[in-house]
Amino acid sequence: MRPFEYARAGEASEAVSLGGRFIAGGTNLLDLMKLQVETPDKLVDITRLPMRDIEATDDGGLRIGALVTNSDLAADKRVRDDYPVLSRALLAGASGQLRNKATTGGNLLQRTRCGYFYETSQPCNKREPGSGCGAIGGFNRIHAILGTSDKCIATHPSDMAVAMQALEASVETLKADGSTRTIPLIEFHRLPGDTPEIETVLEKGELITAVRLPKSLGGTQIYRKVRDRASYAFALVSVAAIVKMKGGEIEWARLAFGGLAHKPWRDTAVEDVLKGQAPSRALFDRAADALLAEAKGHGENDFKIPLARRTLVSVLAEATQGA
Amino acid sequence: MITLTINGEEHRLDVDPRTSLLDACRDHLGLTGSKKGCDHGQCGACTMLVNGRRINSCLTLAVMHEGDEITTVEGLGEPGNLHPMQAAFLEHDGFQCGYCTPGQVVSAVGMLGEVADGWPSNASKDLQNGAELSGEEIRERMSGNLCRCSAYPNIVDAIETAAKTTKEPA
Repeated sequence: MRPFEYARAGEASEAVSLGGRFIAGGTNLLDLMKLQVETPDKLVDITRLPMRDIEATDDGGLRIGALVTNSDLAADKRVRDDYPVLSRALLAGASGQLRNKATTGGNLLQRTRCGYFYETSQPCNKREPGSGCGAIGGFNRIHAILGTSDKCIATHPSDMAVAMQALEASVETLKADGSTRTIPLIEFHRLPGDTPEIETVLEKGELITAVRLPKSLGGTQIYRKVRDRASYAFALVSVAAIVKMKGGEIEWARLAFGGLAHKPWRDTAVEDVLKGQAPSRALFDRAADALLAEAKGHGENDFKIPLARRTLVSVLAEATQGA
Repeated sequence: MITLTINGEEHRLDVDPRTSLLDACRDHLGLTGSKKGCDHGQCGACTMLVNGRRINSCLTLAVMHEGDEITTVEGLGEPGNLHPMQAAFLEHDGFQCGYCTPGQVVSAVGMLGEVADGWPSNASKDLQNGAELSGEEIRERMSGNLCRCSAYPNIVDAIETAAKTTKEPA
């Protein structure tokens, strides 16, 4: 690990004025620093900031402090009762030890698990802009099939963020100049384009302070994760689904996908196919057609296209059961 | 200089900011019970309790833990006065080479604390009500601890036994 200066912030305003990389749970950042994939000159420890509460909001939703651990969020009674898709997604991620350390804000900012990003002897446009992409034409079994560019085909590894995407969460931040803003999660992560090193719309020195969930809309909530092992593995494909039935028809559906793209993927065209329709295998296939219209495999990950279809069809069948 | 509270005792030490909590304990304080397996948070051999919750001590900086109550395997029990989890691992032969064992034991103690607090797991059919600690639940909840000797069946048996005699962590 490269040497760095360490500073501990007592208040959010102090944290953003200190300059440097924020560290909270550290489970991803320190891992990458050991490999010298990340080489910050300065770390600002934000773990003492008062951002560990989950509060009810005036509009009936929840405001989750950025430092709430993945464990505490998954176990919160309000989350379990009203946002079960989020509890399920969190519990499907990482291990007990990691969930006890990893935070809500940090989870959103996880870096990709692409092997070329991790291996500093290999080209990677995300780690070293302009060096090329080893995964295109290389080992790319875990890589993206949607929203890729000729510079990067990495995926975002979070489960939590996929559920939050379906829940239409938003991200509260504090900028270095003291101003605050709220960013809808759908606009928070970027596609790789020509600048895969830029993963979110956060500005330099901007701190995530909380994530807001709107009032629960109920419905049947499912998080389905398909992976290589039964536990403690990243998603090959995951689906977060919230489906509301009415009179034997799908009143509305919200769907988000993990393992498929550089960001937690949501495509409302898929939801539009389902809206107001009676559930059937043919309908679910049309939804999958909409999801995968632009999907592109890169060799080893070609299997993700039929896997995403089967996973979506299966989740929709479960969500509309007994309708 | 930083002050760490480990197994109820305060330690003053001078460490480079890069020092992990694991290395601080092993290399600076002679607490070598916690093991370094992968050093990347994948194997669980370094598991410690911080304020009663289990974490990977290799993936956190010592300087970040001033004021925290840290428990290592040395703080759970000692020869002649074993923690029920340690005794259960002996009784069920829950190891072969033993390298992962301190992490397994500490993780299992932390895990039982989580169960006592009603935390669900990915194996729980029902999110709302506390889970019964079945073999399936133990396997899921302990998936962050690898055993290259694959002593898993006996590890699960040991934890099932200890669960009946302990309800609180550490």
